[in-house]
Amino acid sequence: MTVSHNNYVGRPIPRTEDPRLLRGKGCFVDDMHRPGAVHAVIVRSHMAHGHLLAIDASRALSIPGVCAVLTAADIKGEIGVLPFRIAPLEGTEPFRQPVIASKRVRYVGEPVAIVIAESHAIAEDAAEVVDVSIEQIEPVPDVTAARSGQSYLFEDQRTNVASRYQIGRGKAQAAFEKAAYTRREQFSVQRHTAMPMEMRGLLAEWNSETEHMTVWGAAKVPFFNRKVLAGMLGLPNEKVDLIELDVGGAFGVRGEFHPEDFLVPFASRHLSRPVKWQEDRREHMMATNHSREIYCDVEIACSSDGLILALRAQVIADLGAYVGTSGGILASRTGQFLAGPYRIPDVDLDILSIVTNKTPAGSYRGPGRFESSFFRERLFDMVARDLGIDGLEFRRRNLLTQGELPYDIGQLVPYEGPTSYECGDYLAVLQDCANAIGWAEKASIRGRKIDGKYHGLGIGCFVDSSGAGPKENAILRIEKDGSISVSVGSSANGQGIETAHAQICADQLRIPMERISVFHGSTTLLSEGFGSFHSRSMIMGGNAIVAASINMIETLKACAAKYWGVLPSNVVYEDGHLRTHGRILLSLAELACAVDAPIEAFGSFGTKMKPFGYGSHAAHVAVDVDTGHVEVLDYVAFEDVGRMINPMIVHGQKIGAIVQGLGGVFLEHLMYDDNAQLLTGSLADYLLPTATDFLNIRAVALDLTRTTRNPLGVKGAGEDAIAPVAGVIGNVIADALT
Amino acid sequence: MKLPPLTYHRAESVEHAIALLAQYQGEARIIAGGQSLIPMLAYRLAAPAALIDIGRLADLATIGLDDQGLSIGSLTRWCDIQCSTEIRKNHPLLHDAIGHVAHYQIRNRGTIGGSLAHCDPAAECPAVVLACQGEIIVQGSNGTRSVRAEDFFQGLLSTDLQDDEVITAIKLPPWNPKRLWAFSEFSRRTGDFALAGVAMHFEMVSDCISVPSIVGFGVGDRALVLRATQDALEFNAPEPETIARAVSIAREEIDPPVDPHAPPDYRRALFGVLLERALKEALGRNRGLMS
Amino acid sequence: MKLQDVSFSVNGELLKVQVEPRRTLADCLRHDLRLTGTHVGCEHGVCGACTVIVNDAAVRSCLLLAVQVDGWAIRTVESLASGEQLSPLQQAFQDNHALQCGFCTPGILMTAQALLESEPDADDEKIVEVLSGHICRCTGYLPIIKAIAQARNAINSGRKIAR
Repeated sequence: MTVSHNNYVGRPIPRTEDPRLLRGKGCFVDDMHRPGAVHAVIVRSHMAHGHLLAIDASRALSIPGVCAVLTAADIKGEIGVLPFRIAPLEGTEPFRQPVIASKRVRYVGEPVAIVIAESHAIAEDAAEVVDVSIEQIEPVPDVTAARSGQSYLFEDQRTNVASRYQIGRGKAQAAFEKAAYTRREQFSVQRHTAMPMEMRGLLAEWNSETEHMTVWGAAKVPFFNRKVLAGMLGLPNEKVDLIELDVGGAFGVRGEFHPEDFLVPFASRHLSRPVKWQEDRREHMMATNHSREIYCDVEIACSSDGLILALRAQVIADLGAYVGTSGGILASRTGQFLAGPYRIPDVDLDILSIVTNKTPAGSYRGPGRFESSFFRERLFDMVARDLGIDGLEFRRRNLLTQGELPYDIGQLVPYEGPTSYECGDYLAVLQDCANAIGWAEKASIRGRKIDGKYHGLGIGCFVDSSGAGPKENAILRIEKDGSISVSVGSSANGQGIETAHAQICADQLRIPMERISVFHGSTTLLSEGFGSFHSRSMIMGGNAIVAASINMIETLKACAAKYWGVLPSNVVYEDGHLRTHGRILLSLAELACAVDAPIEAFGSFGTKMKPFGYGSHAAHVAVDVDTGHVEVLDYVAFEDVGRMINPMIVHGQKIGAIVQGLGGVFLEHLMYDDNAQLLTGSLADYLLPTATDFLNIRAVALDLTRTTRNPLGVKGAGEDAIAPVAGVIGNVIADALT
Repeated sequence: MKLPPLTYHRAESVEHAIALLAQYQGEARIIAGGQSLIPMLAYRLAAPAALIDIGRLADLATIGLDDQGLSIGSLTRWCDIQCSTEIRKNHPLLHDAIGHVAHYQIRNRGTIGGSLAHCDPAAECPAVVLACQGEIIVQGSNGTRSVRAEDFFQGLLSTDLQDDEVITAIKLPPWNPKRLWAFSEFSRRTGDFALAGVAMHFEMVSDCISVPSIVGFGVGDRALVLRATQDALEFNAPEPETIARAVSIAREEIDPPVDPHAPPDYRRALFGVLLERALKEALGRNRGLMS
Repeated sequence: MKLQDVSFSVNGELLKVQVEPRRTLADCLRHDLRLTGTHVGCEHGVCGACTVIVNDAAVRSCLLLAVQVDGWAIRTVESLASGEQLSPLQQAFQDNHALQCGFCTPGILMTAQALLESEPDADDEKIVEVLSGHICRCTGYLPIIKAIAQARNAINSGRKIAR
């Protein structure tokens, strides 16, 4: 497949999405109003662990304006369970979440009933007086309690360890036995999550005449979710449509199938009325996937001159009460990326996924990468200090060189085959980064107290994959006015695919971008699509559009040939026109009007060969040891992202990801008490970065090496930049205090 | 988080508000700026039968300065206090503190009366009013009374305000221009409630600290006058040992809450640091005054 | 619950609604008046997504009851553009990629608008300070600061030209 280049790809084109969003004309799910719609509020467990004895809705039902209170008892047949979408780990099926609690509750926030009323406020009034009787079972608030055996979330499993496996490469044990130097440390990352500005919401409408369910408010993987919902409703796929509107941020947590994704449509069919559900912020904190709570006991073996020989680690992910659609992603990716971009021949991993009585955890931007980079990079600095080697030099000695790439990393997750890091110049980017922070120039301030604060420098490296999952599909259609409609299975959540995909299509068809409209995500657009996760919208969606564009050109030529009664080989496509015999010319509009059938072309792209992005970040901080305040004086990020479809969008992703990472390091924490009660209930408790917190960030996206793993030569750019942040900050603070 | 059901009344006058409060017998709340009250209703931590809106009573939103001191109407908004030239010139401690209150958008609506009535232990305004030995003027069915700040703030979110009373004004005694002062707070982000804070002023007489007023906030169930700390400073020259001793006493005198965000030990240590830095900052103004 | 009549001007137009007293201004704008440009991100006054201009001041519409604003002048994000033409402030946001998902954006635009109206010479530090009353999860704020500063410069130089 030959990719054309013309005007748009590679340029910082202003976004097509912006005008409507800036004018307040976006349509997020709560902006939608359907005639006759009623409102749903979910009644949630107030206890972390218990037997669900009874639900008394009599007081609620007596409130004027309340239509119904539905519970597990109203669901005919089996209560559905949330399936695994990715990272399925053997033996975890019994730990899946039912769409509503029926006999047992396992986390504060677990849905036990759904109240439907004429207004959101009335539904909330009613939900407050639904009487839920729960007999407490000893709660399991953390992984230590989980492993003690005192209380099990799933009695018949007799364990809270949902999954445990060993995996690795080489022979770590032998390396440890021979090593001149070893060091073992324990690290952890606290529970936090994506916290997008728009909470989740759904508007479901059951049409009883056509027996068709439409659900607005889909995101991330609408086609997958459609299949799940259709199955749970006992409907064929074609009778269910999930519509993606504007989405106020996802970062991995929004769009995964949660209980409400069944309960709200179920309620609509039950009542034969459209039902709208809009999550509020307090609810979001207990009901939408948590993430990041991972513990790591890691040991490193080195030669006396600081060459890493082996790593071995036990990784424990606290998954909350159930193994959700993200499967074992957290623990497994932490293990997979622990060795990072370094030459470490022998790696031994013991990976555990444990359930506790907390909100279920799933993917959040760079799952396992943020955590593993912290564990690794922090350990490296400790080792470097022990061995008397500067942290930068230690990394230089151990980073894979350009000549060693592609580097086979082996099979480090059980649900995928072996893979390899591909091309890159890790050392050059590390050096660029070190130069940018002033590693040499600022050496003298490291650990020094200046104006009452201790100064430090820190650096860290990472590697990350992108573009997971199945293929993607796209359909192009020429409209009667000559404009192009692109329907793509990728999902939008703020990352600008309406613009970037149009850039790609415009270059392929060699027409002005203004003539292209991109439609995304909804199941009404295509028969099959696969959505956006793990930074795959350009890799999969973008390349699918390339394929569709190439097919479109052939389709146009054949169509014009038929129209003119000539051979297709006598037709030339040229910048939005068809030409034959050197003179007769047709525009796309003319051709579209001249033929009966719509002019459409399909394209698809998939690959199991993920490209790997990489980079180095560094920071300079000043630490006030009397208050604990850390001021980030400078933060620099250098990453080789290869070809950028829109450098402005790429840069925006980097800054956003770094600030999110800094929030995760300094501010964000979902806290539970010893009874597994969630203490974090508002944005006054869950602290998010604001404009004044991190003003000194520079991100440089380099187009140094191009991947050969897809025709466009693109890597994903949405997640990488969050990966190294915790490691860098951990190191820079330690450096200041040394 | 929709609000619980309620009835809304707009008060035509202070008397009207009081009459309505009396009518509801404790089941009604005054709403002014609503910046603290509405979130409580949204979380259903409070569910009053009625809200009595005093927001249109323009007479309660004036700022007056004379020989008797500063009088601020209870409905005066933070933004108006911030912009007031009179306050900037004549009450530097108050002026400085206001900049720390919440955010720009909240300051456009929140009122001083509302903040005092809400009595959040980490709020700036109760601390400043306390440090300045202010009085809160309260009007109810039984007439008007003046309550010393120290008597007004009684505990966590708890004041001396009776069910049928409205704060009408805050009076601060005249500010002595010879005062050295400082206001300092520490929070995780700009605009957050303080994890610890101090409002203070004192004079220097014969190179010794005189009439110190030291108030801590965020370190107890309400803003606290730190008497023992004041005593440790009064009549003493501000030598390092004196300051160290005062800091050590202050750390024990405060009563930080148990809070997952900031454990008591941390708050004690932090408060000591803030106190020391504030004292130094205040003393630094002395050099300015003398030169 | 008994409904109450309220009337206030929205973007220059006098409107009348009947609402429950507990209806916030945010919900009234969005669901009674169908002006959905103002968004709701927290309902407790922290995130700033619901910020509108009331009597020329930027305020949280989730912390106001609709019944409280009787007779007042409300401006929402829908007032900024002239038809399809973006205002200089909005254009500056597009130029600087100061929005990604766009959910927090209307609130930030209204704060910026109120600031630039009342303090046209607001310095960068002031811009950052007023922006600290908003939470954005996508952009990391730096492009937003640039955009507001660019708008300030554009508006001020426009004024100079007009003079």
